Formats: sequence, C-alpha cells, structure tokens
Amino acid sequence: MAKKISILVVDDEESVRDSLYSWFIEDGYRVECAENAKKALTILESDQFDIVLADIKMPGMDGLEMLRRIKAHKHDSIVIVMTAFATVDTAVKALKDGAFDYVTKPFDPDDLTHLIRNATKQISLAEENETLKQKVVTLENVEDLIGNSDAMKNVLREVESVAQTNSSVIITGESGTGKELVARAIHANSPRKFFPFVSVHCGALTESLLESELFGHEKGAFTGAMYNRKGRFEMADSGSIFLDEIATISTKMQVELLRVLESKTFIRVGGNKEISSDFRVICATNKDLKNMVEKGLFREDLFYRLNVVNIHIPPLRNRIEDIPLLVDYFIRKYCTSMNKPPIPIDQAAMNRLQEFNFPGNIRELENMIERAIVVGDGKKIRLKDLPLEKTILTTSAESLDDFEKTFILQILTKYNWNISRTAKALKVDRVTLYHKIKKYDLKPADQQ
Amino acid sequence: MNLQNITLVSFGYFEKDLLEKTAEAVRQEFHGIVNVREGHIDLSEFYDPARRQYNGNGLLKQVDALSFPDTIKTLGLFNVDLFIPILTFIFGQAFLGGRTGIASLYRFSNERYGMTGNELLMLDRFKKEVIHELGHTFGLIHCHNPTCVMRSSTYVEDIDQKEQQFCLHCRGNLETLTGGFLAE
Ligand SMILES: Nc1ncnc2c1ncn2[C@@H]1O[C@H](COP(=O)(O)OP(=O)(O)OP(=O)(O)O)[C@@H](O)[C@H]1O
Ligand SMILES: [Mg+2]
Ligand SMILES: [Zn+2]
Ligand SMILES: [Zn+2]
Repeated sequence: MAKKISILVVDDEESVRDSLYSWFIEDGYRVECAENAKKALTILESDQFDIVLADIKMPGMDGLEMLRRIKAHKHDSIVIVMTAFATVDTAVKALKDGAFDYVTKPFDPDDLTHLIRNATKQISLAEENETLKQKVVTLENVEDLIGNSDAMKNVLREVESVAQTNSSVIITGESGTGKELVARAIHANSPRKFFPFVSVHCGALTESLLESELFGHEKGAFTGAMYNRKGRFEMADSGSIFLDEIATISTKMQVELLRVLESKTFIRVGGNKEISSDFRVICATNKDLKNMVEKGLFREDLFYRLNVVNIHIPPLRNRIEDIPLLVDYFIRKYCTSMNKPPIPIDQAAMNRLQEFNFPGNIRELENMIERAIVVGDGKKIRLKDLPLEKTILTTSAESLDDFEKTFILQILTKYNWNISRTAKALKVDRVTLYHKIKKYDLKPADQQ
Repeated sequence: MNLQNITLVSFGYFEKDLLEKTAEAVRQEFHGIVNVREGHIDLSEFYDPARRQYNGNGLLKQVDALSFPDTIKTLGLFNVDLFIPILTFIFGQAFLGGRTGIASLYRFSNERYGMTGNELLMLDRFKKEVIHELGHTFGLIHCHNPTCVMRSSTYVEDIDQKEQQFCLHCRGNLETLTGGFLAE
C-alpha cells in the first residue's frame, strides 16, 4: 500500500477507543479517537480520514446524526457505524443514510479485519482509478521471486497478466520449482490482495479431514467442538485459495470440489446453513493432469474447470543462469536469520553448483546453502561445504518404516525440532510431518 | 549488567517442557537471553462472569506493572480465554513499542475445535503467538508477507499458515528499531 490509511474512531467508551486504537495501530493504520460526535466533527474540519468508525449510541449527538453531517459535507466518505444493540430499524436507517457498513459489538477479530479490508479495498480501487489510469502494471511483492532467465521472465509476465483476472490457474512444475511462491505472487498482485491467501495441502489430508478442512464445521458437530471452525473456502472469502497437490484428491472429493467451484456455496460439516464465499482458485501439481484425465484418474470436467490458465515453471537445471542470483539471495536470507553478515562463495563452489542437476530444484539449492552456512567456517562457502556427492545414509534399519523413522528423526535433530524447517528439508508439509512424528512416536533426544 | 533479557512469565499451570521450548524459540528469533519465571496474579479480579472470559486489557496492565531485573521486554503467558471489550476473544496483545505483552494458550488446542489433539501443533501456535506479541513490543506492526510471524492472525488455522520466523523485511526493521541492540 502506498499511503497509510487513516481511521477516526468515535465512541464514548474509553476501553472501546483504546482497544480499537491499539488494534489499528498494530495493523499499520494512522488512528485518532474522539469521545463524542462534536469532537469528531471538529477533528474532521482540519484533518482528513479515510474511514470513520462510529458508535451509534453516544451522549449528545448520536452516531446517525453525525453520519448524515459527514456525508453531507463529503459525499464519498466511508463511515462505518457500530452498535451494541442491533435492531433492523437502525441498520436500515444507517445504510440508507449512506453508512458503508453496520456492525454489532463485540466483533469477531476476523470480522473486524474483514470490515476494514473491505473499506481499504474500496479506497485504493478508487485511487487507482483516479491516478494510475495510464500507469503500466508492474508486479508488486515479488522481491522474493528471484530469477532473471528468459524462462523466469516469462513466468513473471504470465503472473502479471493472469493476476488481474479471476480465472482459475494451474501451476505445473517439478517439486521445489517454486509453484507455491508463484501462486502467492499471483494473489499479491491481484485486486484480491487485501484478503487472505489460503493454502490447502490436499495430499496431506485424508478424505474426512479434507472435508472439515475445506468446509469447516459447526460447534457441536463433534464431541468437544466448543467453537465453530472456519473452512478454507470460507477463510478465502474475497481472497484466493491455493489447492496444492490437486492430483491427490479422491474421486469423491473431485465431485464435491466441482460442485463448490460451480456454485461457490457449501455447508459446514454438522451445519445446515448454506454459506457462500467469493474465492479465486489457484492449484498446483507436479503430475501430468492431462494424462491422468486420459487414464480416467482425474475428472475431465474438473480439469477443464481448473485449467483455464496454465503456468509452467521449468526445472532449475534448464535455467542455470538463475543459480548465482539465487545463491546470493539465499546467503543473504540465511546469514540474516542467523544474525551474521552475508559471506561470499568460492568460484569453484559456484561452478559446481551450476553443473549440478538439482532433482529437488530450488528447494534443494536453498537447503544446500543453508547447510553450507552452518557447517562451513563462517567466512566463505567452499566446495567442501556443499553436499554435491551423493550421500549414503547409514542405518541399521531393516524395514522401510524403520528406515523412514530413523531418517525423519535424523533430520528433526538436525533442525533442532523446528517443524517448519524439517518439513521443508524433507519436502513434506507440516501436517504430514506431524502425522509421521505421531505414528513413530518420535521424541527429542532429551525426552527419551 | 545485562539489559537485553526477555522474560516470559507464566501465570497458572504450564508444562515445563512447553515453556522451555517456547523460550528456546524466542531465543532463536531474538538472539537474546530469555528467562522463564512463574508469576502470581489473582485472576478472579479480571474474570467477566457474563462473558465467562478474562479481560485482556486488565491483565496486560497488571503484567506491565510487574518488573523483573535486567528485563527489557516481559511477556505474560496465560491459559485462560482472553477478551477485550470490543472483540469476542483475543489470542494475545501487546503495547506497541512498549515493554509488555500477553499471550494465551487457551484457544490453541485442537480439542477445543473438536479435532484430534496435537501437542506439537499447539506448541507451534503458541510459539508463533509469543514471538508475534514480542515483535509488537519491539515496535513491529503487522506484515503482509503471508508466512511472516508478524502477519495478523485472527483464527488458529490462520496461525498455522505462517511460520515462527520474521521475514527479511521485518527482521531488518527489528534490527533498525533495536539499533542492533539484540545482536550477540
Ligand atoms: N524463484 C525463486 N526465488 C527464490 N526462492 C524460490 C524461488 N522458487 C522457489 N523458491 C524457494 O524454494 C522453496 C520451494 O518453493 P515452493 O514451495 O514454492 O516449490 P513447489 O514447486 O511448491 O514445491 P513442491 O512441488 O515440492 O510443493 C521455497 O522455500 C521457496 O521460497
Ligand atoms: Mg509446494
Ligand atoms: Zn499482532
Ligand atoms: Zn514480515
């Protein structure tokens, strides 16, 4: 966001003003408060605010009267009114008088966020229309999508053009090529950027879990469910949903998914109310979906529904000119997170990296650099710090399960039981890793 | 004398292991000395019988009034359901650029949502929330990077989508805000 959005909070209750003040400040807005309508109007005479959030019931002039005065003065002001006692009557009145929205206190944190994002979106769209009409669209928020090769530039161009639309996108490419990163870039450059990007790792979930995950459930749907749980489709309202490893979902889920994509409505598990959500779908797979359709493993109708646009990311070995840039970037990234200045890399080491074929693509390169910074002498990355020879795992394991157990434990130990990093290194998502830890009853060494 | 310490103060019962792991995660992110202590506050004073929750504003002020030797930031850890008047619940909150924050474990267990329990997942969520609130005490505001720990999260699944680390951008800001104060 170019300019800081400003919010004026008007409420006679101090604790409400304070709470909203800290909440908005933490969100990066400029905020001021007034304890009554008169003060608010005085403030508005000398200062402009993008959003006014006003209580209805206040001593002296009430919120509705203030709303009318603000609107009379500046027609396109965004005023949101709040009340502790909602009645249909006042709601209708407020909306008729031009309130942007009408909300009941106390709010769910999520609803408050949504409310302000909605307003923010309206403001920035209006501004974009006004001032940026002839400006060429350039990608924002892609500073962590590194690459200068023609192949990568092509991908970026595709991201740029598809971001402006609402079309479904399938991103294809080998494991570790950056499919998820590209999906995020599409979202971050779309008009949906103010709303959530929600990802679902389809491969990690069993069919029944996937259902509750995607559609949510009502409290009481299971014993012990004290709170409702939002499903991913609901969370992605006004934003984007990223379905990773789409090729892994069961035939039954394929049918369900198709239905939701067509109707944009669903019912929470254990619920009976139809919920609608406006989401954009982005999927990723490292499988040949077309081929799966031909073999009858993936529904053709769903395939066409999803595959409106296809962005393919070529493997790293086909764009080795990106390797130096990536290496630089990862050195900076990991040195910074380990709180030390970036270190250089030996030419010999760099040459060998460019010869390596990287079956695990960028993720593999990233892990290598991170490891090299840890195992090296701290001054320079040298050839010997890079595991470019095939490592042979030594273990006394006899069964495949034993082997997996030992291996996972080894990597967990290496990353100090940091789940995110271990999952990344193992190229599985965290949920899968949690399942494996449970399955093998793995514990850190100091707890065994 | 060392003024770099971060103190985590637990109020109510917590597994020792969970506290230690949380402290370790904080240590890793802030590169500083992290102490864990037990604190005692009469929680009943902050209980709202109508909402059956505890007032987060009151608790934050109460923790802020405590002082611990050599400590620049204090984070109160609770295991009760927190609210503030305007919101139905909060996971935690902090004084932006101040000395104090609070976080609660209460809503982080899967069981509350009728899901199979998962201690590691709960711990992960807690670590992220604690680091997040501490980030606020150092003056960091919310970040739009979807995996950054400073991203705002309003429900647990949202927390699951981010990592327990600061993104490069926030880490840079943190360093500027602290003037390299936390560097080893
Ligand atoms: N162009 C890039 N610039 C910088 N980092 C990248 C790039 N592409 C990928 N990465 C990094 O490599 C890792 C793997 O990327 P990502 O998870 O997006 O791959 P993926 O294609 O989704 O892999 P998989 O198929 O295994 O899920 C991530 O840590 C990501 O940040
Ligand atoms: Mg992926
Ligand atoms: Zn926050
Ligand atoms: Zn950040």
